[in-house]
Amino acid sequence: MSVPQKSLWLLLVLASLFVGVGAYTFRYAEGLSYFSADPKACVNCHIMQASFDSWQKASHHNVAKCVDCHLPHALVPKYLAKADNGYRHSKGFTFQDFHEPILVTPRNDAILQDNCLRCHETLVHGTGLTGERGALRCVHCHRNVGHGDKTGMGRIYDSNETKGPAS
Amino acid sequence: MTLFPDVLKSKKTVALVALGLVAATAGVTALLVNIFERKSEARRPYVRLVEVTEDTTDPAQWGVNWPKEYDTYKLTALSTRTRFGGHGGSEAMPQEKMDRDPWLKRMFAGYAFAIDYRDRRGHAYMLADQEKTERLTKPQSGSCLHCHASIMPLYRALGNGDAMKGFEASHKLTYQEANKQLHDLGHAHPVSCVDCHEPKTMKLRVTRPGFIRGVQAFAASNAPAPHLPSIERWRAGDRRAPYDPNSLAGQTEMRSFVCGQCHVEYYCGPKQPLTFPWGKGLRAENVEDFWNTAKFPDGETFFDYKHAETGAPVLKAQHPEFELWSQGVHARSGVSCADCHMPYMRDGATKVSDHWVRSPLLNINRACQTCHRIPENEIKARVDLIQERNHALMQRAAQALMDQLDAMAEAKKDGVPDAQLATARDLQRKAQWRLDFIAAENSMGFHAPQEAARVLGEAIDYARQGETAARRARRKS
Repeated sequence: MSVPQKSLWLLLVLASLFVGVGAYTFRYAEGLSYFSADPKACVNCHIMQASFDSWQKASHHNVAKCVDCHLPHALVPKYLAKADNGYRHSKGFTFQDFHEPILVTPRNDAILQDNCLRCHETLVHGTGLTGERGALRCVHCHRNVGHGDKTGMGRIYDSNETKGPAS
Repeated sequence: MTLFPDVLKSKKTVALVALGLVAATAGVTALLVNIFERKSEARRPYVRLVEVTEDTTDPAQWGVNWPKEYDTYKLTALSTRTRFGGHGGSEAMPQEKMDRDPWLKRMFAGYAFAIDYRDRRGHAYMLADQEKTERLTKPQSGSCLHCHASIMPLYRALGNGDAMKGFEASHKLTYQEANKQLHDLGHAHPVSCVDCHEPKTMKLRVTRPGFIRGVQAFAASNAPAPHLPSIERWRAGDRRAPYDPNSLAGQTEMRSFVCGQCHVEYYCGPKQPLTFPWGKGLRAENVEDFWNTAKFPDGETFFDYKHAETGAPVLKAQHPEFELWSQGVHARSGVSCADCHMPYMRDGATKVSDHWVRSPLLNINRACQTCHRIPENEIKARVDLIQERNHALMQRAAQALMDQLDAMAEAKKDGVPDAQLATARDLQRKAQWRLDFIAAENSMGFHAPQEAARVLGEAIDYARQGETAARRARRKS
């Protein structure tokens, strides 16, 4: 065998190893589930357990799943949001370096408000509840519709809040 | 050959690509292992490596099986400080509380507390601090170990297997005798896992005889218990067997009962077994009423000490946290002690109760913000306001009591006969009890702010009435 042929085999073996281990990891981590709309996919990595449990007991669980409120509904923005959250969540959970209690980011907060309006727009038309940034959000008052009175270890983003531990 | 691209003909490139592939594979494998760890954590929160039994008082043994809880338990040795609570820095013993509130010394004149009244430190020090306190220069009873050590094996040994019997015998021992036996038996540990957890199932349970008797007496009373639904259910039943917290109370109640085994008002002297005074209810005046009608075995009306200046037989409040919490809005809303003092935390994929029992002010995001979704600074400011108001009112009550003691001292100096000061002494007992009830309680009023203000208001009123009574007696004679 010539030298180039030898290196080809070496690279082929290494690449297959990578693909094999990668594919197994993807399967083991239930990677495909993230393309679905199944709420169980959201508790794959445990931190959402409290949110999942409380959603099951809250008023909206008959009409809305996680993705109905937390993701845009148009195809491209939906997958962009999935990619954005997927990256942040897997990085955070792997390196265990996220803020606790977990907070909704401003971007996801805006998505949430859009989704309230998507269903309830005719009801609130003309009341000043809009999707604009800084406008009053529906969950300001109706914060228990998605996750009940207490959501265990998470809470709603507050733009006035300074981050960091108590002094 | 066209099978491979030209770039792969360079050895250097091949080596680089191979290295890259190796690194990427290693990275993915690390991720795989990490996911595997988290998944198994979620499936099996602990692995039982050593057997623990009712006699395993050494927390390190339990720590082998439950390292996360044990790690946080050990943190109780750290000194922490909040505005009103906390401990000295690096000193061997914490700073004297007397320096801050000098009136305490005069209020306790005649009691061992006047010798040495220190801020408390964490659970890890409860036994060591007790063994060191200067109060031990006066004789103390073996009852004190009820709450300062992992005591149940000693009670079983003293009662030949029956812990209740051993408990009843323990007050007759001196502190030193009981402490020596504890060390000889090898159980000289501060409050430990076995005191609140059933060793087979880790289920919460109460073990302390003082609490079990106290809560049974409370259940049998008519005092309202809206925050303890299992007691209300028991009351509605046939009441044939006494109330049993371990089988009847729900998890939320148990998360307060385990703390109520010690963070309460009690009598801990040599004259009778340790007593939790709950037979008439948990409010300050219920407890006072209980003591006023209680008699020592020799028939004498109950008192903790005779005040050194006035001779009034007064009561000493211990630390009625459980009692004051019972009157507050948190208890009424189903919030237990552990919810704020040992909030859940996440460690990897598991949910752990933080065993670093400490002030919620040091852990606001987990302790408060789980329910109160308002900014941390706002929460802190609210607590501060409540405690500041309570502290100010407490200083007023203390001033009123000092004025009463002054008036009584003047009357005595002017030769007013003792009998004519009986009303004043009676009022001193009432005022002092109420002031002490709030001063000794470890939340600076926070556990039930309105109730604390009510009790302090009564303290001020009784002290001023007592001052008037002393002056009137002086004028008459």
